[in-house]
Amino acid sequence: MRGWDEMNNEAPVRFVAKNMRVDLHLIGDMIAPGTRVLDIGSGDGALIEHLYRTKGCDARGIEIDMAEVTRSVTHGLAVMHGDADVDLAHYPDAAFDYVVLSRTLQAVERPAEVLRQMLRIGARAVVSFPNFGHWLVRWQLLRRGRMPVTPTWNRSWHETPNIHPCTIHDFFDLCAQEGYAVEQWLAADEAGRRAPWRRYPRLANLFGEQAVVLLRRA
Amino acid sequence: MDEIDTLAHIDHSHVTFPQGMVLDCGTALTAVDVAFRTYGTLNAARTNAVLVCHALTGDQYVAETHPVTGKPGWWDAVVGPGLPIDTDRYFVICANVLGGCMGSTGPRSPRPDVAPAVPWGTDFPPVTIRDMVRAQKMLIDHLGIARLFAVIGGSMGGMQVLQWAADFPDAVFAAIPVATAAYHSAQNIAFHEVGRQAIFADPDWLGGRYWETGKIPARGLAVARMCAHITYLSEQALTRKFGRRLQNAPKDPGEAISLFGDMFEVESYLRHQGSTFVHRFDANSYLTITRAMDFFDMTTDHGGDLAAAFKGTRTRFCLVSFTSDWLFPTSESRSIARALNRAAANVSFVEIPSDKGHDAFLLDEPDFHRMLAGFLRGCAEHAGLG
Repeated sequence: MRGWDEMNNEAPVRFVAKNMRVDLHLIGDMIAPGTRVLDIGSGDGALIEHLYRTKGCDARGIEIDMAEVTRSVTHGLAVMHGDADVDLAHYPDAAFDYVVLSRTLQAVERPAEVLRQMLRIGARAVVSFPNFGHWLVRWQLLRRGRMPVTPTWNRSWHETPNIHPCTIHDFFDLCAQEGYAVEQWLAADEAGRRAPWRRYPRLANLFGEQAVVLLRRA
Repeated sequence: MDEIDTLAHIDHSHVTFPQGMVLDCGTALTAVDVAFRTYGTLNAARTNAVLVCHALTGDQYVAETHPVTGKPGWWDAVVGPGLPIDTDRYFVICANVLGGCMGSTGPRSPRPDVAPAVPWGTDFPPVTIRDMVRAQKMLIDHLGIARLFAVIGGSMGGMQVLQWAADFPDAVFAAIPVATAAYHSAQNIAFHEVGRQAIFADPDWLGGRYWETGKIPARGLAVARMCAHITYLSEQALTRKFGRRLQNAPKDPGEAISLFGDMFEVESYLRHQGSTFVHRFDANSYLTITRAMDFFDMTTDHGGDLAAAFKGTRTRFCLVSFTSDWLFPTSESRSIARALNRAAANVSFVEIPSDKGHDAFLLDEPDFHRMLAGFLRGCAEHAGLG
């Protein structure tokens, strides 16, 4: 397992292992050049910087951690302080080509509503989330009978900001229920390496540490 | 304090617009003076101009010694070579607002329709923030600048920034409204009214015709300033700076304290603020400009929806508020940010931690200054400014 200490030393206010670089390229690959992108939970702004520099996107961010907002704006990025649960309602319909939610879905209060808002204000949504169906999580719960603590799920149950963990199956179920079409998806390990079993949801749900999904309204 | 002469007459560099302008109130000013200062150099393409909008009691002397007070410019920590608004890169303009008293047309200016000429005084027509901005637009046109790279200002300056972005969206590449609001709140109007009543109550005010006696309503204006100054600070800042300390504490603990003889440091500070202010500011201007702020309400101006003011805007916005500012609290900036979201505008929004209250935007706030520099650098890249 990579980077136990590194992960545990991070003290994200609200997100688990908020290291944008992990899935930055995976998400970036799903986004067409020159498009309008809103990154919800933009963290240090690495993704919007990446999209602007390499793809010429009009990329903007919303972030709840004020220190990250200040850092991003100081870096010349268009980021505003805001809360995904509250602030998405203020955007007009179809204002963006893509709305990105990177490893934040599991930490919002109303995930279904946030997804609904994302696909209202954007033509497409890119969602990445840590997979609670990963074998290590299952094994820990089975063997120890306690809430799993892994490099991905690295905070104990009473202090984790991740109030809505889900598995890849759970997420696909929600998409089907809400009528969203999955245009692309893949599972990856913590380092962002694509996994070979990405075409097999069952295996992905067992071996993928995180999933990246491109959605649109069906 | 009673025997203070009228404000020293100083020639402020200005431009006169003989065509005048029709104000929002319907009154036509036959000629308009706009006093202004510039710093840095306008590039050949005329694309690097930054307009700084000053607050209620500010003026155009942003980054140089003030000709009346001899004090440093009010934003000399922000505007200058190598500073966030870098005069090595940008051509910085600041104009005294319409209704002001540092050389732009205002209540101190002579009435054109009366001979021999007397000042307008309280007969000066009510001006609005929009009128101030239109006067600035005349100046910008006069300077041959089609589009400002940035418009920035705090407090009432922020109101002007919002008005600029709403009225002349194509002339504003980046807008930075700092510690401001889209309308003046009832509480803010209330504080202004206390200040105005203090001026009215001063017998030297003479119904606004104090020039006739050669005196100024110094006591009233000083009280107005003292009251306003409290609103610019925070409880924490007052406690940190003064606490309950006495300036002349009795040496012997047994010594009686007289009712008014011993002075708390905070009282002394406020009195100083009041008494120095009257040397540099005209009471009738204070009345005119506080009224302009009170009238400001961009939401109502746009049918109750602030987003309508910014529909289709391509301006890049950066809203800034400060945690301890209770005069223009973060919630006001947030509602502007949300209105801009509704207009699908490009908006950054930051709240800076500070215990300095509303005045924080004028003071040494390194996070704010770094952020401002970074935002402008980012915008310069998007604007194609090298």
